[in-house]
Amino acid sequence: MDWTALNLSLKLAACTVLILLPLGIWAGHALAAHHFRGKAWVEALLALPLVLPPTVLGYYLLVMMGGASPIGQFYESVFGRPLVFSFEGLLLASVIFNIPFAIQPMQRGFEAIAPEVRDAAACSGLSRWRTLWRIELPLAWPGILSAVVLTFAHTLGEFGVVLMVGGSIPGETKTIAIAIYDRVQAFDTAGAGVMSAALLLISLIAIGAAYFTTSRIRTRRHG
Amino acid sequence: MKMPVMKLFKLLFLLIFFIFSGFGVSNAHAQRDIPAIAAASDLQFALEDIAARFRADSQKNVRLSFGSSGNYFRQIEQGAPFQLFLSADEDFVFRLHQAGKTEDRGVLYATGRIVLFAPRGSPLSVDQQMAGLKAELAANRISRFAIANPEHAPYGRAAEQALRKLGLWEGLQGKLVLGENVSQAAQFATSGSVQGGIFAYSLALSPHVSKLGSYVLLPEDLHQPLRQRMVLVKGAGETARTFYAWLQQPAARKIFEQYGFVLPAGTAK
Repeated sequence: MDWTALNLSLKLAACTVLILLPLGIWAGHALAAHHFRGKAWVEALLALPLVLPPTVLGYYLLVMMGGASPIGQFYESVFGRPLVFSFEGLLLASVIFNIPFAIQPMQRGFEAIAPEVRDAAACSGLSRWRTLWRIELPLAWPGILSAVVLTFAHTLGEFGVVLMVGGSIPGETKTIAIAIYDRVQAFDTAGAGVMSAALLLISLIAIGAAYFTTSRIRTRRHG
Repeated sequence: MKMPVMKLFKLLFLLIFFIFSGFGVSNAHAQRDIPAIAAASDLQFALEDIAARFRADSQKNVRLSFGSSGNYFRQIEQGAPFQLFLSADEDFVFRLHQAGKTEDRGVLYATGRIVLFAPRGSPLSVDQQMAGLKAELAANRISRFAIANPEHAPYGRAAEQALRKLGLWEGLQGKLVLGENVSQAAQFATSGSVQGGIFAYSLALSPHVSKLGSYVLLPEDLHQPLRQRMVLVKGAGETARTFYAWLQQPAARKIFEQYGFVLPAGTAK
């Protein structure tokens, strides 16, 4: 069992969730509340990581973050080391490929709130912040929970993009999924088996807990 | 109704706190001077053994990553933070040197050899001139044959050269399974779902691999010599330098030899 790799994967997943949670709430809320020209295209763009092959995404990320790109050069001039093949680079990649997993469930959650509820809140004199905090977030909570769990589990499982932009450096970019691939290549089937089983179990528990919680909320709400 | 959201946030912060405080500290500490080392995947078993000896002798640690030399060449060129690069092909080292990424032109540490491998249950019988492979191909009993990708894996290129030299390359078109690196090619070749493959002698010598079938060492003159060169990447730290020097010492050379590598005389430049 490669604990360093598992720890790195968990850290990456937690950081990704931490970054995408506020971003997703903002974007999901905005997309649910507003209608504007070209909205379909914006939604399509955000959903793109769902359908793009990881190699395509990985290639663009590599070009985007590489030493020849403005982002890569800016990062290197500020921090004195390259962005690609670092934990930060992997985190940026992870945030990007998780966008649809974070935004879509939250958007559906906010869309499910009847407009009358918002109107009632406004009539009662609640500010927009208080409406969001006390009315909308609690009502959209199953969607938010799904987004968090999906993002977390998907980060643990992502392989192709990580392989392309990571470089498999132990403790820095070698996630558990890459470590499993490594173990198979090293003819260590026992090691690969243990880690695969661990990943399977963690994912099952995460998704199971999310389903359990959301179904309990529905039961409580609808009797 | 406010509760669930607060609960979620609390849970999240707890989780993050746990991950960063619990493991994070030991992780950062462990990385201080444990250099990342990129190695060609034909070194998979040999270098693990050597690193284990190095850890015991020097009380220092290294982090090993194995992959195809071509990919590591590209990654180091892009600025990947590896401190030492053990390539299976010296040309990659020279090109990195030209690009100003390495300290010097490095040293030759070994010359690699290739084997023809037949997994258990395969109709293929292995011999030095691959007459068995020719016969099986003619009898149409070879449906899949594994080598490393010749485009970026040096051992794949050597396999292609050997197969071309013996006039088998054309017949194998459409039947080749390409591993991303030589270790994956070995993985494919031993899996039993292909009839044979060509990969590194150093991998075939490991009991993990040799128990899975039969192999024969192919003659050196079938391919360009696999001159393997290692080099310190610019900015390499103290531990990486110690390891680099240690790899040229008799103890490490002996392990390389045990894994079938042909060693340069003395410390050849």
